[in-house]
Amino acid sequence: MRSDSQKIPGASPWLKLAAWGGLLFLHFPIVVIAIYAFNTEESAFSFPPKGFTTKWFSVALQRQDVLEAIGLSLQIACFATLIALVLGTLAAAAMYRKSFFGKESITLMLILPIALPGIITGLALLNGFKAVGLEPGMLTIIIGHATFCVVIVYNNVVARFRRTSASLIEASMDLGADGWQTFRYILLPNLGSAMLAGGMLAFALSFDELIVTTFTAGHEKPLPIWLLNQLTRPRDVPVTNVVALLVMLATMIPVSLAYLLTRDGDSVAGSGK
Amino acid sequence: MSSAVSSNPAAFNSHPEQPRNLLQRCSDALYLQPQLLLLLLLTPPLLWFGSVYIASLLALLWQGLYTFDDFTMLVSHTLTLSNYAQLFEAANFDIILRTLLMALSVSLFSAMLAFPVAYYMARYASGKTKAFFYLAVMLPMWTSYIVKAYAWTLLLAQEGVSNWFIDLLHLTPVLNWLLSLPGIGGNTLSTSNLGRFLVFTYIWLPFMILPIQASLERLPPSLLQASSDLGATPAKTFRHVILPLSVPGIAAGSIFTFSLTLGDYIVPQLVGPPGLFLGSMVYVQQGSIGNMPMAAAFTLVPIVLISVYLAIVKRMGAFDAL
Amino acid sequence: MTNAVEFINTCRRFGDVTAVDRVSLNIAEGEFFSMLGPSGSGKTTCLRLIAGFEQPDDGQIVIHGKDATGLPPYQRNVNTVFQDYALFPHMSVIDNIAYGLMVKGVAKKERLARAQEALELVALKDHGSRKPAQLSGGQRQRIALARALVNRPKVLLLDEPLGALDLKLREQMQGELKRLQRQLGITFIFVTHDQTEALSMSDRVAVFNRGRIEQLDTPQNLYNRPATEFVASFVGSANVVRGELAHKLAGVDAFAVRPEFISVNNSALTEQINLSGTVTDIQYQGANTRIEVEVAPGVLIAALQANTLLTEQPLPTPGQVTHISWQTGAMVSLDSSRTAAAGA
Repeated sequence: MRSDSQKIPGASPWLKLAAWGGLLFLHFPIVVIAIYAFNTEESAFSFPPKGFTTKWFSVALQRQDVLEAIGLSLQIACFATLIALVLGTLAAAAMYRKSFFGKESITLMLILPIALPGIITGLALLNGFKAVGLEPGMLTIIIGHATFCVVIVYNNVVARFRRTSASLIEASMDLGADGWQTFRYILLPNLGSAMLAGGMLAFALSFDELIVTTFTAGHEKPLPIWLLNQLTRPRDVPVTNVVALLVMLATMIPVSLAYLLTRDGDSVAGSGK
Repeated sequence: MSSAVSSNPAAFNSHPEQPRNLLQRCSDALYLQPQLLLLLLLTPPLLWFGSVYIASLLALLWQGLYTFDDFTMLVSHTLTLSNYAQLFEAANFDIILRTLLMALSVSLFSAMLAFPVAYYMARYASGKTKAFFYLAVMLPMWTSYIVKAYAWTLLLAQEGVSNWFIDLLHLTPVLNWLLSLPGIGGNTLSTSNLGRFLVFTYIWLPFMILPIQASLERLPPSLLQASSDLGATPAKTFRHVILPLSVPGIAAGSIFTFSLTLGDYIVPQLVGPPGLFLGSMVYVQQGSIGNMPMAAAFTLVPIVLISVYLAIVKRMGAFDAL
Repeated sequence: MTNAVEFINTCRRFGDVTAVDRVSLNIAEGEFFSMLGPSGSGKTTCLRLIAGFEQPDDGQIVIHGKDATGLPPYQRNVNTVFQDYALFPHMSVIDNIAYGLMVKGVAKKERLARAQEALELVALKDHGSRKPAQLSGGQRQRIALARALVNRPKVLLLDEPLGALDLKLREQMQGELKRLQRQLGITFIFVTHDQTEALSMSDRVAVFNRGRIEQLDTPQNLYNRPATEFVASFVGSANVVRGELAHKLAGVDAFAVRPEFISVNNSALTEQINLSGTVTDIQYQGANTRIEVEVAPGVLIAALQANTLLTEQPLPTPGQVTHISWQTGAMVSLDSSRTAAAGA
């Protein structure tokens, strides 16, 4: 970390403008969604809005299809996160220090589902499920999501493993703790917050994922697919606006928490998404 | 040498002679055979990825060799290279070129937009401002893709926010001129290539900012001091020191912008002129037409393009900046 | 008396590198034993072999008469003070110290009482509730010591424990470690690359080089009677003279002479060896002045003169021709063929 005195004093006004302008650009569309969610108008995109109302929130939350989509997405995200936590942590524990034959290929394999365009991952999975006779549905969505969430957990946990001095494990064993005790008393408490952060990012990713989901969902309609359907057949714009705002807020909470959990460390949560 | 401690040796240390239970014996075995532990740890993830992902991926590429009968609309297991050969037909080649050009221009433009933000974050912001910036980039990055795309359909709509602003600033003639340009123009903003380009840039921009920021963060300040100490003007320092050293970050960020644009099929469907994208082509082939072999063949294109791209940026040091 | 630790022809290889090469040595019970050597010389690997973090590829490790080869660290009666202290960051100081007792199933009341006792032993009795991050480097070092000692190990292993401390604190801790070792009577095995540290604290020192023991001896003998050129120049500084000049002056292939045994321009004493040469360098070092003289083309001899108020002599200046002399007893012949020596 550099101290302030080492920084070059004063950014030029143009740089400041460009930097803050960039942030504005990133957030402007999000603000627009928030504004439209309170719009009184029923079926248009006109701007500026004609009036302010909160009635669409109650309308949206009484819609059976909205509630079902939210419930389904929550369940999928929970299960996918759980699987990703187990697999990602195991992989991180195996990969953080030792170098062995094939280690690079395993890293590549973990990253692949997220590095390749979603359409490839989605189509491959759909094809695979068909081949083994697995009917697309909630289970296939969960399997797909878990597969690309592993790397998120892995990145967070492996960074913490690397930062946790190897001598802590040795110290524990030196003091008489066997492998299980060392895992229980030393490793788990030290990895806990990284696992939590990774889990939350995985949750956020699964909750939002659209492209792979369209291939693996079958007749199920989790939230992103529900939203997509609303877009291609715009029927009830106000409800869509409200749901879009809620989805956004639902992602922001775990992502912010994950940031707080890993902030003190050197790991940049999510930079490897 | 007879003190209280050494005359009472190991009152609480476990003794090797003590019978060890099964769990403890497992622990011993794993400790003394790290290879076994490694195998145990890796087996579940390897099994999962091998059976779910790698197998599916390989099977998909293999499907590209199957024959699709246009008449009966059925897939037969007769092996053929015609699907892959069809990729080079003019119509298909157009799709590939169109997508590739979009992916490249989106990468270039997001790098230009991202650099000042990343540079300001890394070199000037500190403490609370920095945390604010960081979170302010992270949140849009993780915000639902479909919500972001939806927001832009609202923004770009004929009566929408962007037209309202452009009108307010009396820039409508400029917009009309832009829309009249061949290649990027269209009837309206939301049906133009320009609109599609803006949406892509917006959605993938955070993926560009963070790697650049990280690579600039790693520049030791002494390097900049050394440069100005040697008489370089700030512009020269930027041009000869900062920019070259941030290339790995830009390259790393462009992996995301390039790959994500290349495979997308939702944004082209929502914004921009008609005319298929690579992703849309795959989607249409497998979905509405049911020609899985052709869809599979098409997935090879982004895989190859991305592999080539990765090979290029790897030489620029992108992998160290990930 | 039984030996605390025995190495019997022990080897440890990492890939192509032999970190520990057929080392045999005995460490007596209650001894303060140091392993001295440059980094990569195998000293730390030897320590890790005793602790059980490494297993020998060949040979044996015997701890208190029992073969410990193949035992994991948690089944050995030895404890380690780590170079980076390795305090558990998520536990308070007292929980850190009580950890070893906890995993062995000692009742909470007793283990806390004994941990408190250990805290007092290292003079930090009021710091039990703090987290390691709230302690200074010196305090962390003491906690690491207390955490190891509370288990009443037969052997305490110290892996460069003073390396991270500043000079003042290091000197103070050296004294305290020595006092603790005498008070508790535990065998201390101390790994360091700092020869002053090794000489000032140890009963015996093993000098490591390239995975082997160059010499194992008392500090006095190591300094006064280095067996090899490596030991002569690693432990303190030495002028090593080889070849023709060595034959002429001492009748051996190579010998070493310490700079402080060499006089410059001193005609008062009857010295046995006299040489003349050109002064090439003068370094004022506070307590001493180091004078370098070229006695033959390419052969530089350094002399160390104590700076005292009483015998303030005019120092030679670079370029000047001067006389240097030493007594024959100051010369130690070196065995250049000898690379390793087994311990007694």
